[in-house]
Amino acid sequence: MLVFDRPKALCDVPLHYCPGCTHGIVHRLVAETIDELGIEGKTVGIAPVGCSVMAYDYFNCDMIEASHGRAPAVATGVKRSDPDNLIVFTYQGDGDLASIGTAETVHAAARNENITIIFINNAIYGMTGGQMAPTSLPGQVTQTSPYGRDPKLCGYPVKVCEMLSELEGPEYLERVTVNSVKNVRNAKRAIKKAFQNQIDGKGFSLVEVISSCPTNWGMTPQEALKWIDDKMIPYYPLGVYKDRSAGIFAHSQEASK
Amino acid sequence: MAKLTFREDECKGCGLCTFACPKQILRLSNEKINKKGHHPVECIDMEACIGCASCAIMCPDCIIKVER
Repeated sequence: MLVFDRPKALCDVPLHYCPGCTHGIVHRLVAETIDELGIEGKTVGIAPVGCSVMAYDYFNCDMIEASHGRAPAVATGVKRSDPDNLIVFTYQGDGDLASIGTAETVHAAARNENITIIFINNAIYGMTGGQMAPTSLPGQVTQTSPYGRDPKLCGYPVKVCEMLSELEGPEYLERVTVNSVKNVRNAKRAIKKAFQNQIDGKGFSLVEVISSCPTNWGMTPQEALKWIDDKMIPYYPLGVYKDRSAGIFAHSQEASK
Repeated sequence: MAKLTFREDECKGCGLCTFACPKQILRLSNEKINKKGHHPVECIDMEACIGCASCAIMCPDCIIKVER
């Protein structure tokens, strides 16, 4: 009996990511979700700029490459062209979604655009060689903050789920991670729910996946997963930030309505 | 009996599967080197494998096939 094999929606090619990079795990979870929901023929993925810029080579569905940060805007256009049939998802990193693409993200959420966003947060710019990202932790050493990120000079990190949960628009916001078998299973559930929300026409769903970057953090893959537990999760707490259908609101005033 | 199949040439030797295995039967090979130049993962005791697929779930490159 087959227990586990490569999902059909993931192309049969080697991934270009560094050893131990958890992008591969999230790619697989998205592909498994596409397989399980049987939506491969009508799914359109939007690839970002960043480490996952070549995501269009890895998914067996239609893919479009957006300019840097503009994936939610492209997804809006694609989804609105055929809202009843197409399933549209974007796959974005933190330099793409939380930095140059903040405006597109916030406004897609405010409009409650019926799309699914998979947001990979690894607290660093991976592809360009490990510069400080908007999500880098205070005190984190990167190429451009060799003495640690100083909030007085560089400001504080952007917490995307918390920020968007203040808006009335979005349907579903959750933060998960993939640093253990249990957490990967939980991330799978969240990603599947985000796709199911779109099929049900509920609206904007964003899943933030806390991810690792062993190469630019300067750690072994195993140490990087532990660093997520020790440093990142205390700053970026996991959980559901908004789920309108289930009545979960991080914003207390909205909940009291 | 459980059976693991590895696509050895796609393994990048990150070792995440070796830490995820509850039976501690996976390790990075000392002798073999694959096409990419990494030491690929190998199973040292297939009899002990329980087919839980923890290794496959943690593998970022999706190279492990699990049968039971």
